[in-house]
Amino acid sequence: MSEPATRQDDDLLVALQVRKEFGGLLAVNDLDFIIPQRSIVSLIGPNGAGKTTFFNMLTGLYKPTSGVVIFDGQDVTAKPPHAITKAGIGRTFQNIRLFPQMTAEENVLVGMHSRLRGGILGSIFGTPRVRREEREALEKARELLAFSGLGKADHELAESLSYGDQRRLEVARALATEPKLLLLDEPTAGMNPQETVAFLDFVSQLREQRPISILLIEHDMKVVMGASERVTVLDYGEKIAEGTPHEIQHDERVIEAYLGKAATG
Amino acid sequence: MASSAGRRARASVRGYRERATRASGLSRVGEWWASLPERTRAWIPVAIVVTLAVLYPFYIDSLPTNIPIIVQFPPLHDTVTILVFVMMAVGLNIVVGYAGLLDLGYVAFYAIGAYTAGWLASGQFQQVHFSFGAIGVQSNAGGIHISIWLVLLIAAIVTAVGGILIGLPTLRLRGDYLAIVTLGFGEIIPQFVRNADDLHGFNLSGGTFGINPIDQLGFGNRLHDAVGLPVTYNAYFPPTPDRLFYWTILALLLFTLFCSMRLRDSRLGRAWIAIREDETAAGAMGVPLMRTKTWSYAGGAFFGGIAGAYIATFNSGAFPTQFDFNISVFLLCMVVLGGMGSLWGVVVAGTILAWLNFDGLGNIGSWFNTNILPGSHQIDVPKYSFGIYGVIIVLMMLFRPTGLIPERRRKREIEEGTRGPLDEPLYEMRGADEPGAGERGAGGRVPRG
Repeated sequence: MSEPATRQDDDLLVALQVRKEFGGLLAVNDLDFIIPQRSIVSLIGPNGAGKTTFFNMLTGLYKPTSGVVIFDGQDVTAKPPHAITKAGIGRTFQNIRLFPQMTAEENVLVGMHSRLRGGILGSIFGTPRVRREEREALEKARELLAFSGLGKADHELAESLSYGDQRRLEVARALATEPKLLLLDEPTAGMNPQETVAFLDFVSQLREQRPISILLIEHDMKVVMGASERVTVLDYGEKIAEGTPHEIQHDERVIEAYLGKAATG
Repeated sequence: MASSAGRRARASVRGYRERATRASGLSRVGEWWASLPERTRAWIPVAIVVTLAVLYPFYIDSLPTNIPIIVQFPPLHDTVTILVFVMMAVGLNIVVGYAGLLDLGYVAFYAIGAYTAGWLASGQFQQVHFSFGAIGVQSNAGGIHISIWLVLLIAAIVTAVGGILIGLPTLRLRGDYLAIVTLGFGEIIPQFVRNADDLHGFNLSGGTFGINPIDQLGFGNRLHDAVGLPVTYNAYFPPTPDRLFYWTILALLLFTLFCSMRLRDSRLGRAWIAIREDETAAGAMGVPLMRTKTWSYAGGAFFGGIAGAYIATFNSGAFPTQFDFNISVFLLCMVVLGGMGSLWGVVVAGTILAWLNFDGLGNIGSWFNTNILPGSHQIDVPKYSFGIYGVIIVLMMLFRPTGLIPERRRKREIEEGTRGPLDEPLYEMRGADEPGAGERGAGGRVPRG
């Protein structure tokens, strides 16, 4: 096994001994996982390896059976999703989960929910503060859409966008939560090769222009090799390898997990 | 299938309208109308309706009283009750239409509002003597007598708090489970007030007799002397106190509509609709689910409370028989018929249904009985009211599932359930059959059509 990432004090996210059992099924087995500041890391593994389960524990959708998740210096283990989003983790979903009947703009505005403060009375009476906040939010939403290549789609319903654009809108919506860490769950699933290339370009551009870290989950190894700095491989809920893409590509256990035992012999 | 019929109908209406416009030389008016800014065009019909509504007491007596089928327009006294129901439907729309939470116990809020008015503005608690701004009450009268204007507000707040208390344990549930539990609360509250006349010797609710009389609305002596407003509403005679009651409830309804509209377009409203669309995704985007859902309950309850307190002072009493389960269903019908989430739709459907309930069915029945049916086969139409509402709902669901005036998004939601083309091909439907695209319904929305 290749050398594990060395832990530093300013790591953005540290997951220690995270474990998840569903009844008798052990989905994630005492996993240690580190995301350094301003990095782009990947979590890969065959289908059913526990990637999405781990992901859902990071975002508060599942509570870990045991273990700790520390994000940006605070313990976020088992906090509700909205609190984790507020702490600075934004996410997309494996199966696109936009608000289909809201416009692209409104989808992004919902993403800003935890960053806005307009209360009930302020909204009803239209106080200048709330009105200014809404105006600024709208402006920012349009900027985000333009940045995500959806500049002309402001008023289109999310469900009427093309598949690739829906993926982009999910990213734009996640960016609207002002994340320090962006989690992308199989973002290229269901995309054709051209869309995949365009999307990965978009992700690396994102990384250059914004001070965020990205965690990419994939089962397709090819996708992550070009895009990420570090790759962690999961199989049956356990970490079987960790290292640079190059190291991973030549790791015997990884090849075994993906292709079966005979391939290594 | 329903959508293609609707599209055809719309197209033919449009064609007809164009031809009619050209033929009558009205095209210039049409051009002028089209040249108005969109906002103005949207608000002119509203302004006209509001003006007509405000002036209703003045021209009601000159309206014909032998109109075929509907016989007559609702008398002022009934209109007050009708508007109270419309107001509650608009309140329920916040819960059901915006946040997508099926609430079958809205009547509980109505009851809490009414009984709060009963407790704070009547002689119910003879043990205490407390009076604050009450009008038309002797200064030495027993009981709590707080100005009804203030009671309307207090009732709203008490009911909103009640909504929060009911919401906290129940809103963790989703879908059908929530509906069942709200149904339970809708039954508990009326049962409680029916039986709370002897809580260890303490008479809280007057039992089956309810609480009455409840104090009146009014402007008091000072305003009477200064600007001539009537001391109490009942002193406004002639012409009739109903006029004042009517204008007051109309103002309350407009206030409710205003608040609903502002809330819908606010940060909170977006969060409600996001929860309705996909609860999990909304949570992951930073929307605190429990808090946001509880606010929708509180919002709906707030207006239910005002409505309850208002009807209590209008009827000068709160009685347990008023708060039947039927009312919850009836209000839900208004929201569904109008188009969930659509304010104007709910107002129109609420007005029609409430009118049918209080006046309309009786009028229609008597018209048929005198004009069409032979004397030996008379039908007591109001007896079949809930059967008739059922038929209306079924017909609506078949031919116009989006409601009378669909909410902008609901309309597309249901019509596009069939994935049919729109009038104009606005967007490419690329990706609809790619993997993952069909899994969007995972949030609980079932594609309809």
